[in-house]
Amino acid sequence: MKNGLIRLTLIITAVAISLPLQAQTGQYGSSLLITVLAAIVVLLILGAVTLVGENVVSMEAQKAGVDEEVNMGIFPSVNELFAPKVPAHAAGKGAKVFTKGFELDLVGDADNQIQDIHVKTFALQPTDYRGNAPIPKVVVNEGDSVKAGDVIYYDKSNPDVKYVAPVSGEYIKLNRGAKRAIIELVFLADKEQQYKKFAAPDLDKTNREAVKSFMLESGAWTLLRQRPFNVVADPKLTPKNIFVSSFDSAPLSPNLNLAVAGRGDDLNAGLEALGYLTSGNVYLGLNAGDESIAAEFANAENCVKKYFMGKHPAGNVGVQIHHTAPIGSGDTVFTVNLQDVLTIGNLFLEGVWDTTKLVALTGSEFKNQTHVRTKSGANIGDLISGNLTNDNARVLSGDVLTGKKKTADQFLNVWDDQVTSLEEGDYYEMFGWILPQHGRPSLSPTFFKFGDTKFKADTNMHGERRAFVMSGQYEDVLPMDIYPQHLMKAILANDFEQMEGLGIYELVEEDIAICEFVCTSKQPLQKILRDGLDYVQEQM
Amino acid sequence: MSKLAENIKKLDPGKKESPFLHTLFDGFFTFLFTPNHTTDESGVHVRDGMDLKRTMIHVVLAMQACYLFGTYNIGHQHFVAIGEYTGFLEGIHLKLAYGLVKLLPIFIVANVVGLAIEFWFAAKKGHGIEEGYLVSGALIPLIMPPDIPLWILAISVAFAVIIGKEAFGGTGMNILNVALLCRAFIFFAYPTTISGDEAWVAGLEGFAAGSPVDYSWWQTGFFNGIFENLGWATYNASAVVVDGYSGATPLILAANGNSFAAEGTLAAAGGWEAVTSVYSPLQMFWGAIPGSIGESCKPLIIVGILILLSSKIASWRIMLSMFLGMMFTGMIMNAMGTSPFMTVPWYYHIYMGSFLFAMAFMATDPVTASSTNTGKWFYGFFIGMVGMIVRVWNPAYPEGWMLAILFMNVFAPLIDHMVLDANISRRLKRAKKSVAESVSVEQTMVEKVH
Repeated sequence: MKNGLIRLTLIITAVAISLPLQAQTGQYGSSLLITVLAAIVVLLILGAVTLVGENVVSMEAQKAGVDEEVNMGIFPSVNELFAPKVPAHAAGKGAKVFTKGFELDLVGDADNQIQDIHVKTFALQPTDYRGNAPIPKVVVNEGDSVKAGDVIYYDKSNPDVKYVAPVSGEYIKLNRGAKRAIIELVFLADKEQQYKKFAAPDLDKTNREAVKSFMLESGAWTLLRQRPFNVVADPKLTPKNIFVSSFDSAPLSPNLNLAVAGRGDDLNAGLEALGYLTSGNVYLGLNAGDESIAAEFANAENCVKKYFMGKHPAGNVGVQIHHTAPIGSGDTVFTVNLQDVLTIGNLFLEGVWDTTKLVALTGSEFKNQTHVRTKSGANIGDLISGNLTNDNARVLSGDVLTGKKKTADQFLNVWDDQVTSLEEGDYYEMFGWILPQHGRPSLSPTFFKFGDTKFKADTNMHGERRAFVMSGQYEDVLPMDIYPQHLMKAILANDFEQMEGLGIYELVEEDIAICEFVCTSKQPLQKILRDGLDYVQEQM
Repeated sequence: MSKLAENIKKLDPGKKESPFLHTLFDGFFTFLFTPNHTTDESGVHVRDGMDLKRTMIHVVLAMQACYLFGTYNIGHQHFVAIGEYTGFLEGIHLKLAYGLVKLLPIFIVANVVGLAIEFWFAAKKGHGIEEGYLVSGALIPLIMPPDIPLWILAISVAFAVIIGKEAFGGTGMNILNVALLCRAFIFFAYPTTISGDEAWVAGLEGFAAGSPVDYSWWQTGFFNGIFENLGWATYNASAVVVDGYSGATPLILAANGNSFAAEGTLAAAGGWEAVTSVYSPLQMFWGAIPGSIGESCKPLIIVGILILLSSKIASWRIMLSMFLGMMFTGMIMNAMGTSPFMTVPWYYHIYMGSFLFAMAFMATDPVTASSTNTGKWFYGFFIGMVGMIVRVWNPAYPEGWMLAILFMNVFAPLIDHMVLDANISRRLKRAKKSVAESVSVEQTMVEKVH
């Protein structure tokens, strides 16, 4: 339909341009007007015939089972003409190419090495899991020694979902935050890890109930997140689909090709296990733009592969959902992080809860930017010890767009596989509105960028918060059919119907993080969106 | 740099002690230094270098060339009327000095009145001074006739800022373009100062042949004194308007004909012949013609357009669609051709009057324009259409962009509403489709799994 409209506009423009050529022949000619009108009518009829013809062809194609994404028209679509070429490995696989998005070119990318690192303490952080009560029921006592996979706590409203120890060792401390909420359950890890032995069901001959109850009991269920709202998955629901993104496009993100290398069996088993949970498909989003994509991804089984290419946020699972099977009102889908799929797969194959994952240490303030192998919930101080070069630095669990600020005695969040360091930007800048002192990433061409310059970014706001003034900026960087600014205004106005209509269910914070980055008015979009999601969830 | 900033920061009178002075201080301080605020603990940790101040300043920069030319052209038009230094580059010092004497008070009044109101409201609401008026304050002088009485200007600026902007909540909240609202206020409240043949040339007591010039102390005392000492030419206080001079703008000529032309030379009243009998197309393009202060020189406006487009501050969609709308309507008018004005070829409308200026600086105001990308196409196109209709088919007032843009400002929320509605119904349709699909999928999946 959209292509049809574009063509119609082209035709009308052609008529409009041809008008003056004819107009100059007669001074006050009414016969000329009739000629022009007749020409318009003829062209409109031709246009309509073409449109109808194309629609008939595409309807037939759909009936015959041809993929919708293949263009059956006689004209090439705009995308086919102008979009960048998809690399050979993904050619002909219906790759979605996004022209919208934004790449922050920051210094401090992790190299492709993997180091083993000694981390003494790990933590389970109940606040990582959205949708639970702030004070869960803890079933172990301080001083107990636990094995990896032992149940540590559960949420009282949802006792089936067990949260288990990420490592074996001694449970040493319970840290509380505001309003006595439990924020950290800290473990002193054993040198030699002990694993609780689970009897995993055989994935070739089992059923949905068996898989589900095994995942609930072993803690694997806690790795599933449910959209809308990005909360802990509800065991009572059958999701429409399950989505996994195999690449992270966020700034300085870890190279997941390294994480999956040699773990193809874990990946396939994990995807197969997830297949038991959904009535639809398990979709794996692959990076069409990555020439050196891991063979494990390209050959992954038990999933429907979807190729995507483009700048950030092309790797966000939310964007991939939007372009695969969007979430409507009443729909539920689950999302799983890639490294967590490996953990689940390993659990089904080996029967142990091994949360080993790759974490990228990135950012300009580290001496070595590299990948390290550790476990879920590792202590930040241990991860970065001796690596930080700047006292006035901010350390994040996660990337610069969505991460959380952490101190050395805090822990990596369970969803994150990246620690980022940034210089604090608490400086004044003279005449910053006209003369920036050094280069910085920006959507705006008023900051010059030469070639492949990478920027050393800091945490300065570069301005003050203002009302929404500029328009179209968010749409330029978000490859979704969503109007973020209007959605934000609907949230600020507590307009429930408008929020629902404008697609609040399709978004979580990480999807609009890039919009928050480019925002000229320095609005806290992620916070506004979370308020809106909470409000909508309350109303339901 | 930070030391200097912190020392200056010590001068802050304090928010509690004196809210107004604090607001004032804060406004100037943030103008001097980008503050040292850092991002929050969660949310994005790195922010784009662009902020609203930088955005607004770039718009102001884009119109600086128009200021320069406008200053000169005020003087030039004055001397053309009295038949002295009629060559464009003759009497440069006289023309520049004359232009400055006219333009500076307009600029000062527009900004002092507007900013004072802005500061007062900011202090009252207890938040920082927002940058919106930077652009309005720079635009307003450019769209005024050079002889506008300053008290009228002050009233209209006050009206535009208070009723047009602060009443809606300040920067980012207004529905109507502040600069245009200011002009529209003058247009309806004091029409003789801003329309007709005689508003566009400064410093004449009348436009009939032989009317004397109207010089003040600045010309006869201050500048003549300086120029005499330097041995340059001086202002001639006894000069009079030459024979056959009208001061009419091209649009007035196109609509009403050239009443000053020698009898018998022009059969038709109005139309392109009437315009070219006074101004050549090249003259109109380069801008040495009477008109509002900043709108006449097209090449410099095009420079402004290029700055705005290359910095992606103004929307190319609005500019392009406004151009298409103008072109489309102009062609239809050419094709109908029932009045002399309608037969003026559409492409001459680009450089008669203020089409380019309105397109570059007025229609693209992001706050009052449509805020959806699809909406911008409609918004711009309709401005082009309505503007041409007002310009050509309106017997009283031969310029349409101000009214067209204000008109479409009012309709912009409606256009956005329709675009958003389309988005909402698209989503609804998709949801219905997916529900229908998932029912059929449910059975096949169960088979697959077991």
